[in-house]
Amino acid sequence: MIKFIIRRLLIAIPTILLTITIIFFGLRILPGDPAVAMLGPEASPEAVEALREQMGLNEPLIQQYLAFLMDIVQGDFGDSLISGQSVSTQLFTNFPNTLLLAFTSIFFGCLIGIPLGIVSARKRDTVPDSSIRIVALLGISVPPFLFGIFMILIFSLMFPIFPSMGTGEGFWGQLYHLLLPSITLGLILSAALIRFTRSSMLDEINREYIRTARAKGVPEKLVIYKHVLRNSLIPVVTMIGLYITSLLSGAVLIETIFTRPGLGTLAIDAITNRDFPVLQGCLVLFTLVVQIVNLLVDISYSFIDPKIRPS
Amino acid sequence: MEPTVKKANYYFPEKEKRKRKSPEWEAFKKNKLGVASLVILIIFCLIAIFAPMLMPYDPLAQDMLNRLAGPSADHWLGVDPNGRDILSRIILGSRTSLIVGFGAVLVSSLIGFGIGMIAGYKGGRLDDIVMRFLDSIMSIPLLLFGVMVVVALNSSMLTLIIAIGIGLVPGCARVARGSTMELKEKEFIKSAISMGASDIRILLTHILPNITGALLVISTLHMTTVIMVEASLSFLGVGIQPPTPTWGNMIQDGFNFVRDQPGIAIYPGIALIIVSVSFNVLGDAIRDAVDPHIKKQRN
Repeated sequence: MIKFIIRRLLIAIPTILLTITIIFFGLRILPGDPAVAMLGPEASPEAVEALREQMGLNEPLIQQYLAFLMDIVQGDFGDSLISGQSVSTQLFTNFPNTLLLAFTSIFFGCLIGIPLGIVSARKRDTVPDSSIRIVALLGISVPPFLFGIFMILIFSLMFPIFPSMGTGEGFWGQLYHLLLPSITLGLILSAALIRFTRSSMLDEINREYIRTARAKGVPEKLVIYKHVLRNSLIPVVTMIGLYITSLLSGAVLIETIFTRPGLGTLAIDAITNRDFPVLQGCLVLFTLVVQIVNLLVDISYSFIDPKIRPS
Repeated sequence: MEPTVKKANYYFPEKEKRKRKSPEWEAFKKNKLGVASLVILIIFCLIAIFAPMLMPYDPLAQDMLNRLAGPSADHWLGVDPNGRDILSRIILGSRTSLIVGFGAVLVSSLIGFGIGMIAGYKGGRLDDIVMRFLDSIMSIPLLLFGVMVVVALNSSMLTLIIAIGIGLVPGCARVARGSTMELKEKEFIKSAISMGASDIRILLTHILPNITGALLVISTLHMTTVIMVEASLSFLGVGIQPPTPTWGNMIQDGFNFVRDQPGIAIYPGIALIIVSVSFNVLGDAIRDAVDPHIKKQRN
């Protein structure tokens, strides 16, 4: 078991390194000069040159890359070109907001998606099943930002129940402002979850051991909830883990729509301002989170399902 | 002795099969939802192709007197904040979505299926390295990857196609790799190898025709992804730049006026939803048709 975890950790390190390398060189092939972008087109060549020197842009690319890696290991992403603030500080203040949004939407997603998926699988080929499937299909086909607009339109403008922007004051205020964005993102996740839970349960229902359980006279409720559900939720857990990537993209859009501070808004602001250190920091943090989640999913998987646990 | 081997088609049973009526197509035709979505998509493609003839107004002409006007007999879907006819803009916007969609899917299919098939067929160290590399690309959210590339280069249609296309390569490669690995162990591939067929020949004439179904499914489902990402990039303001109408930037224009005239954002949104739902339904229908086993098990 420990050997498996160590091996999985060792695999994660080159992947993370490779991703960081892609991000570094991806942003370096930019045709624009960050120093010019920062000082504006009217800046004198001397000023630009001085800034390039200060930012280390005149060093060879390989040297810049090594320095960049060393800094990341120490948790230093440089300073913002616009505000001059340390990028790590900005990431640190904004990340919890995004994380909170992501977790609450996973909560809502599971709350809505898994039960509906179970109903859909149990009542296969009936009216409830078809309607749930149509709704789920719509859910996975609507881009998050469009769905966000619909939600604002309905729940903030037509029926002013929820605020459409900001984070709110105090615990209850924050919770209140969090509700609509996270339900929006949660509903999108739940659409994918419904489809996945349904097909996973139907896969399991046809297994031999279920037939055995039924033949033994185990009550149907017990068969469904104790045998089928438990086994079919394993892939669902993995799917939630893998969905984190899309969830983070969704969070970027939802944050923009609801004007909430977070990693998404930070990244989008960095793009409009051509603030490379901040954008770089956001991207690195995103990929780190995705990798860590993948790692946790793999490890938890081997705890849940002994069949995959390597000897 | 070579000619005898060639004549004996019995070594290549899949060639015989292709001459018969395709059972996949027969199965697909029975799926009403699938056929309906195919028809809708063909209509949208025709609209995109013949857009200049169908548009009632010039989509860039500004009529400031009618600014923000609601739907009327003259302007069926109303007028946007800059006094432009919304219906005309939606019609022209279909071009952007579909060109970027087909383009990016073509790029990702050509690269991804190639890489995936070679990695799956060769296996070993090559497979490890390639998949590790693709995993790293996959861990960057597609939207941010698109943002990164578009900001780094420019926001032309070609850049968008290449950026989104590359972002989808890992997904394509995974499917192609998995199907190839499964097929590699089959008897007919082994016999082809033992007869001395080259790797390229095996990949192109023996493996590719047998995994086309799976590849078609992932490409169709990717169309939805591309169209959604393209719209999201436009919405964030980093996609194709105004005044060229795209559904994404039309929704963004409308979002600022959502209080007074929600239609401006909603109508292009509805067009977007119809197209992406249709691609998803079509993908599901093709999957059911090419893999009856799944159909029987899941439905």
